[in-house]
Amino acid sequence: MTRRTRLLLEFGSPLLVLAAVAVISNLKLSYYFPPLQSVFADFVGIWAEEQTRAGVWSSLVRLFQGLLLATGIGVIGGVLLGLSRTASAMLMPIFDFLRCIPATALIPASILALGIGDASKVLLITLVCLWPVLLNTMDGVAGVEPVAIATSRAYRIRPGDRLFRILLPAASPRIFSGMRTSMALALIMTVVTEMVAATDGLGAFTLAAQRSFDITGMWAGILTLSILGYLLNLALAGIEHRLLHWYRRSREERT
Amino acid sequence: MKDVGAGPVLSVRDISKTYGEGATAVEAIGSISLDVRRGELVCVVGPSGCGKTTLLRMLSGLLRPTSGEVLLNGRPLEGTPESLALVFQDYSRSLYPWMTVQKNVELPLRRLAMPRAEKSEKAAHALASVGLADSAHLYPWQLSGGMQQRAAIARALAYSPEILLMDEPFAAVDAQTRGELEDLVLNLQAEYGMTVLFVTHDIDESVYMGDRVVVLSSRPTTVLQNIDVALPKPRHQLDTKSLPEFAELRGHVYERMHDVRI
Repeated sequence: MTRRTRLLLEFGSPLLVLAAVAVISNLKLSYYFPPLQSVFADFVGIWAEEQTRAGVWSSLVRLFQGLLLATGIGVIGGVLLGLSRTASAMLMPIFDFLRCIPATALIPASILALGIGDASKVLLITLVCLWPVLLNTMDGVAGVEPVAIATSRAYRIRPGDRLFRILLPAASPRIFSGMRTSMALALIMTVVTEMVAATDGLGAFTLAAQRSFDITGMWAGILTLSILGYLLNLALAGIEHRLLHWYRRSREERT
Repeated sequence: MKDVGAGPVLSVRDISKTYGEGATAVEAIGSISLDVRRGELVCVVGPSGCGKTTLLRMLSGLLRPTSGEVLLNGRPLEGTPESLALVFQDYSRSLYPWMTVQKNVELPLRRLAMPRAEKSEKAAHALASVGLADSAHLYPWQLSGGMQQRAAIARALAYSPEILLMDEPFAAVDAQTRGELEDLVLNLQAEYGMTVLFVTHDIDESVYMGDRVVVLSSRPTTVLQNIDVALPKPRHQLDTKSLPEFAELRGHVYERMHDVRI
């Protein structure tokens, strides 16, 4: 397949789907599925109006705070657990239980304890995003090639270099795969926490629109969230593509 | 102050290794004693599964012997010693795929107190010595197996160790590459006066490479014989191997190894 036909297909098929949605929605078969162009108009409105734009911003801030906290704690904890058999043997049963608690079930408790402000939302996002990063980092660190470890010991590589130049790079493909999962979970959790208790943010906006029968507004909120999710994934994939180029290419080389 | 006197660089005194305890204990190494003198290339040869890797791990301080001791420059080993380099059989896992060849060679130098420029200079020089000057910017997985092992040798070389331990380093490369790498190590050893302990299961290789060959028994491993290899140097893949003395020596090693198997 040439580059041109591939580009044509990659851009053509989404456009085709969009056209189909536009045509069908303009048949006005249902009140709940408004014409695409009015959804787009509201979507532009979200970005044009000061207040809604601030709402998008606060959603993003919560999402990133939660995701970054979870990544930080998850990587540090994962390295420690990956290095210590004792610690992982002690803590894994507890973690296995904790990560099975649906985080949404904790929303009432966290509202009681932390109120309906940002803190309780960020905490819940962090909690949900923590496990994929933590467990993947742990496996990644525990699974570093024994020869790679023996080499670093024989050459007496400094602890700092061992961590930043051997353990973390070796575990980085797993860390990224955890982060990809966490990214999707973070967006879900952001929306859910905003729908339950918030006055700003995209989740609150979408729910408020639905409650006031502003159906196009609701769809515009959903559209904004999906586009954000898509862009966030794209950004993470871009970072991964750069940082893990050695991983991708060394695997290609082997096959 | 390092003791650079006349004593052996590496002295192994009656070390043994038993894995596990009680009824299920496995005696891997019965008792091994050997000395490696400065500038000497000693080959340790033994049948497959005779605990050569266990021995090497104990010599490099990665594994504690059950009894006996290892002395480096007359001092007992505590952990992995300062100036010892290891070349593993498994080069593709021993080199780090996320670093270029140059960075791989520089990594062990990072903790040494010398200017950064000097470190990259050392690494570049070592890479040039093994014929990889043009590949410094490449990643290990972009190189052939033989070139990867050259990179691992360069890493050891740049480290300027007191003693270089090599664990069946050429067992995983093809025959032609193997010959080239054997000669590379011989040349480097002659050029830098390196002290090398070379572990192999290949009798021809041990006689071709060694100033001395230490023949090990199968498990529980003991030293069967120390054989001085008085073949002329520099060695040559064709000339040396067609000498009658070479055939005699390899026959001798072969007999010693097979005596105990029967």
